[in-house]
Amino acid sequence: MAGGGKKKRRHLFKRVHDSSFRQESFQDEHFLIGGPGFSRIVFCNDPDCPDAASLGYGGNYIRSTKYTLASFLPKSMFEQFRRVANVYFLICGLLSFTPLSPYSAASTVVPLVVVIGITMGKEIIEDWRRKKQDIEVNNRKVKVHKGDGVFDYTKWRDLKVGAVVKVEKDEFFPADLLLLSSTYDDGICYVETMNLDGETNLKLKQALQVTLNLTEESSFKDFKAIARCEDPNANLYSFIGSLNIGQENYPLTPQQLLLRDSKLRNTEYVYGVVIFTGHDTKVIQNSTAPPSKRSKIERRVDKIVYLLFAGLVLLSVIGSVFFGIWTSYDIEGGAMTRWYLRPDDTTIYYNPKKAGIAAILHFLTALMLYSYFIPISLYVSIEIVKVLQSVFINQDQEMYHEETDQPARARTSNLNEELGQVDTILSDKTGTLTCNSMEFIKCSVAGIAYGRGVTEVERAIARRKDTPLEEEKGGEVEDLTEAKSSVKGYNFIDERITDGNWVNEARPDLIQKFLRLLAICHTAIPEVDEETGRISYEAESPDEAAFVIAARELGFQFFERTQTSISLHELDTLTGKTVERTYKLLNVLEFSSTRKRMSVIVRNDEGKLLLLTKGADSVMFVRLSRDRNEFVEQTKEHVNEYADGGLRTMVLAYRELNDDEYSEFNEAFTAAKNMVTGERDELIEDVEEKIERDLILLGATAVEDKLQTGVPDCIDKLAQAGIKLWVLTGDKMETAINIGFACSLLRQGMKQIIINSEAPEAKAMEKTEDKSATDAAAKASVLHQIAEAKAFLDESSESPEALALIIDGKSLAYALEDDAKNMFLDLAIGCASVICCRSSPKQKALVTRLVKVRTGGTTLAIGDGANDVGMLQEADIGIGISGYEGMQAVMSSDIAVAQFRFLERLLLVHGHWCYRRISSMICYFFYKNLAFGFTLFYFEAYASFSGQAAYNDWYLSLYNVFFTSLPVIALGVFDQDVSAKLCLRFPLLYQEGVQNVLFSWSRILGWAFNGVVAATCVFFFCVRALETQAFRKGGEVVGFQVLGATMYTCVIWVVNCQMALSINYFTYIQHLFIWGGVIFWYIFLLAYGAMDPDVSTTAYMVFVEACAPAVMFWFVTAFVLVSSLLPYFIYSAIQMRFCPMYHQMIQWIRNDGQSDDPEYCKMVRQRSLRPNTVGFSARFRQSMRFEENSEPTLQFERTEE
Amino acid sequence: MNSNTPPSTSVAAGSVDPSVARRNSKRPKYSRFTQQELPACKPILTPRWVISAFLLVSIVFIPIGVASLLASHDVVEIVDRYDTACIPDSARNDKVNYIQSPGNKTCTRNITVTKHMKKPIYVYYQLDNFYQNHRRYVKSRSDAQLRSNGSADDVSSCEPEDKSNGQPIVPCGLIAWSLFNDTYDFSRNGQQLSLNKKGISWKSDREHKFGKNVFPRNFQNGSLIGGGSLNDSLPLSEQEDLIVWMRTAALPTFRKLYGKIEDDLQVNDVVMVTLENRYNTYSFNGKKKLVLSTASWLGGKNDFLGIAYLTVGGLCFFLAMVFTVVYLVKPRKLGDPSYLSWNRNSGWH
Repeated sequence: MAGGGKKKRRHLFKRVHDSSFRQESFQDEHFLIGGPGFSRIVFCNDPDCPDAASLGYGGNYIRSTKYTLASFLPKSMFEQFRRVANVYFLICGLLSFTPLSPYSAASTVVPLVVVIGITMGKEIIEDWRRKKQDIEVNNRKVKVHKGDGVFDYTKWRDLKVGAVVKVEKDEFFPADLLLLSSTYDDGICYVETMNLDGETNLKLKQALQVTLNLTEESSFKDFKAIARCEDPNANLYSFIGSLNIGQENYPLTPQQLLLRDSKLRNTEYVYGVVIFTGHDTKVIQNSTAPPSKRSKIERRVDKIVYLLFAGLVLLSVIGSVFFGIWTSYDIEGGAMTRWYLRPDDTTIYYNPKKAGIAAILHFLTALMLYSYFIPISLYVSIEIVKVLQSVFINQDQEMYHEETDQPARARTSNLNEELGQVDTILSDKTGTLTCNSMEFIKCSVAGIAYGRGVTEVERAIARRKDTPLEEEKGGEVEDLTEAKSSVKGYNFIDERITDGNWVNEARPDLIQKFLRLLAICHTAIPEVDEETGRISYEAESPDEAAFVIAARELGFQFFERTQTSISLHELDTLTGKTVERTYKLLNVLEFSSTRKRMSVIVRNDEGKLLLLTKGADSVMFVRLSRDRNEFVEQTKEHVNEYADGGLRTMVLAYRELNDDEYSEFNEAFTAAKNMVTGERDELIEDVEEKIERDLILLGATAVEDKLQTGVPDCIDKLAQAGIKLWVLTGDKMETAINIGFACSLLRQGMKQIIINSEAPEAKAMEKTEDKSATDAAAKASVLHQIAEAKAFLDESSESPEALALIIDGKSLAYALEDDAKNMFLDLAIGCASVICCRSSPKQKALVTRLVKVRTGGTTLAIGDGANDVGMLQEADIGIGISGYEGMQAVMSSDIAVAQFRFLERLLLVHGHWCYRRISSMICYFFYKNLAFGFTLFYFEAYASFSGQAAYNDWYLSLYNVFFTSLPVIALGVFDQDVSAKLCLRFPLLYQEGVQNVLFSWSRILGWAFNGVVAATCVFFFCVRALETQAFRKGGEVVGFQVLGATMYTCVIWVVNCQMALSINYFTYIQHLFIWGGVIFWYIFLLAYGAMDPDVSTTAYMVFVEACAPAVMFWFVTAFVLVSSLLPYFIYSAIQMRFCPMYHQMIQWIRNDGQSDDPEYCKMVRQRSLRPNTVGFSARFRQSMRFEENSEPTLQFERTEE
Repeated sequence: MNSNTPPSTSVAAGSVDPSVARRNSKRPKYSRFTQQELPACKPILTPRWVISAFLLVSIVFIPIGVASLLASHDVVEIVDRYDTACIPDSARNDKVNYIQSPGNKTCTRNITVTKHMKKPIYVYYQLDNFYQNHRRYVKSRSDAQLRSNGSADDVSSCEPEDKSNGQPIVPCGLIAWSLFNDTYDFSRNGQQLSLNKKGISWKSDREHKFGKNVFPRNFQNGSLIGGGSLNDSLPLSEQEDLIVWMRTAALPTFRKLYGKIEDDLQVNDVVMVTLENRYNTYSFNGKKKLVLSTASWLGGKNDFLGIAYLTVGGLCFFLAMVFTVVYLVKPRKLGDPSYLSWNRNSGWH
């Protein structure tokens, strides 16, 4: 079995070969049954009996929707009003029914209702999708025992606890079932649990002995049993219960439990009893909503809203104070001053005698009046925009993966703009950087190396050495890649071995043994395609599959496994024909990470007993027989070569056993297996250890852990964009380093800082001293290493890019402890690449959190397996790789892509765009609301702060909702500063997001300032121009209505044209929305003005009669428009020309055309390439600079104590 | 949430992907919209654009500015402040008391015409420091009542001038109650100048907002008399002074049309104004002015817009020149983007 401990769980597979030792007796926790937590009673095959009904277990109906019809309103309302802004608007809405309100109640409530309504509509749509999915699932059909041995189809949702169901091949289990029997005699069945834990391998389940005979539909006629078991819980890997048949009780274990959402494989059909239904099933109990994440920008938006709120309160206070003073002067010395307000006979709101109270009440009015500072539609607009943005992400053809038929999928739209700000990527290795498909590529048999394939790593190394290897072999390699694509997991090319040619080699006997060992020594399960006769394999790990496939392709086809035998089609060397041979499988000596090897003991046709072993070189060479081995040296050499090439190696050896030796072993082995004490495992290991010795070397294999396509390129681009990549892997250090080289994370010129707690002395100590002392010593050692490395880092701070940190899981555990983590992080940040090997899922999550919290940067975690879930959830953004390893990672991710390389486009293009769009959109939002709000405030100053709005109520309330909302949304959805192609060509552009230059406080405040400037221009120019004199030929003067309409027209023009000025990308949609917004205002003015004066109040005929015929009105609009935009225009003309930001430089290049100014273009691009951290372009530069250098690897091992 | 849908592919090691038939089923459809490749113009502020824009603005604005200024200069406007002048010297210490006490407050003003004034000459009164835009004031009216006879009781918004002696006031509210009631009579060389008081209000107001069959009722009958009273026999739609007054001003200084003199006035003509100084602006230190003004195609006399247009037009011309020079003298910098703010605190290594 593979040396690389992959994420697989092995305990279930173990039972494949343990079943003969299964004990049907009660042990451990079974005494709990009937007690609290273990009270479930299931009347098997009798779901409708009165006893069962009285227990009241729920049906099998599943509801994953957030709301029901009844709960929708209160629940979604609650959700809505958790937002501060919405609460504020609700309060405003309520207050608007009091006399405090500066405008009519309807005009406040309508926008709020619209905004809330849209958000709720979105919720409804989302929930409806879930509902549809629910309906689909609930209406699936399964065969259920209807009584008298008759089975018929029933919908899943109608399934009851205790019912007997028949599930056929490749069907999903409708509920948690108790396995009764299967098509196999021994009651086993194979189950695929991909939906549960993401593992692609098959698990074996086995029925109880007592129910095995229930293999016919008719046999259920009289079947009765009572199962007692634990209550529903979320633990997928435990189950305790007992089955009562007749007088006997039989213990139930997870072995008999078939979980909902897993799939029956390789078995015609099974019978089972429903134990848990619907929401009681383990998978549903297990499903937790992923933590909701909010982007940094959104958090800043909250801050800005608070800031605006503070501004609002400040203005209201100012207004109230002035109002109070003004009001108090209304009666002076008993005489009314402003008698026309009747201050002598007034309500509390204007009472000069109680000016203080009036001022306080006015404060509330002012809060409502200036509510236009706070963009009511901001949140809903952001949400709409984000949903549309994620549609674009989902629809991007460049991120569609042909082979797996997977487009990119943004599961949450919350984080789009966060994609443009990623500072550190934490990546899983297997399945993410690599395909997790192992390819058998080389082997060494009898001291001779076979296999001509060139690995990705070798290519990378060749590139690194700048030897012509790449050029020469490039074409050939391509050919090979295409040629071998027919067989997955196999890339072995050597005519000496293939097509049976091996018989002509020097040692055909050894090659035969070698291949036979590959075909026998494993735990894979064959699966025969009935139509084609092709055999595929279900293996526990992909490298094991690669071995079996290689054996098949080389003529040793493993095609059947029973509990006790393994059958092969193999080439007979004498006759040259294919014969069928069956090997009696006696024992399997399991793989474990400590043993690093596995063995099987088989008896062949001739009755010979063979011990076949494969394992890691470190454990295998010491177990070889000293005298009978000829090729040890050559093989060792080959193994080292392979390891250098980034391959996983495995050493194969065998030994013949004699019967006595075997029976002695078997006895001890069986005894050990049957032990129930805690020492059982150790004992088994001891027994195994004894037999695995004096082995005869056959050879070694090399399997390539293939990098996914485009990974090195992608990493290079990301590095150029200034994004750091940390690799967190469960693999061992050597493999991780190899892969690091392959994908250019490491290069020869780099100083590698290796922090390792597996120094030999530490290991020696482990045996002798007690655990705590060992721990302490190990920790001290790790700390020492980190400190030393840190000191080194500080010394060489002038060229920090040349460092790489590699740390193993154990050291990581110490480094992550509170007292060390800061130092560790400082060190890690100082290094260009960081690789953590042998890290557990929890450590991955911890590292992610550490980086996230301590650096404050945005972290992105990418992974494919169930072991990455923690990391994905912890990181600011979790990206799941979809398509390969099942659903777990995807389910907990925020965005799913099919391949690592899509990250490049996702971040550099979509991320950048989304970041840019959202940030300019928000800035613009504040701009337009301040531009509007301040005109209101200025007007107040001229209306003695009485709270009279300058505009008609409906102008006010429709401002945010209609006249200015669509252009902003268009900006948020469509704007592009730079085309996708250029985004990718100038990756440094991405730093705009990382450094947050587009949403810095200065920029936000700049826009706010621009808003105030616009408001000032609009108000004062309008007032000064229209003043007191006649504003048209007929001598009419400007009244309240005309001034309001004019100012409002100006605001609409200014705000929309400002948008047109600041936009980078003008499609017909932008034209439509921007100019449409302006035109809509005029149409509105016409339509509203034509309505009955009771409805239109101050807007009645104002446009037709007063404004439109007045030249003044148009002149003022034009003048105010130009003069309010002038400051911004001058600023951006200067800025664009003389200190362009990075994206503007690129715009210049695009605008001028490449040929126009190639030097400038090259400079910008050079700039973009300069930060050489990792990636092959950095490596290339490095190799240009130091042709010959190979700096020593720094290894900070533990020093003597 | 857990998925209840089967995964699309199962990757059994060693098997070739069997889903050939299903291939491309999820491939996003190509459209320029979804691929974000819509045809678009991508304007950037190139020197040509910037200079053209400035020039365009100046070319358009300077003529408009000149025209506006000329229009404004054509207008002849005579302003006569009379609030203090019309109070006898003896009463000047307590103007409020004078205005509130009964008695004859006729006052005569002589206005000399400085420039030829073509008809129609608009007569305005201008009040100062009068907050017609105060919220309490603005709201204190009943549009329904003004429109139709049947809604006379609709006075809820008119407080405290809603009812008097238990009867609703028509027209109710503070605005109507505080109706301006100074009156002016004009004569030239002892000859009465006819003042046209028709058509001084907005047509829509007369026709739709003030009812033809609504007559003042119970008006100025309360304990406290505000401003002017109304002729009970005329419907509101014909009470143009009221209609003008009730179109509230936006700012505390405002003019309202009083009437039109349908006669040319020659230079050095002396117009004698006989005015009844009744309206109390003294309580709140408001000025009262009488304004005679002609109107051009652009309205009354106000140089602001002309000057503003000229200023901005000139500024743009100046900027166009400056930018031209700068672009010529100092072409775009090559080579050194190190001033990018985020390069200074370089976040990467």
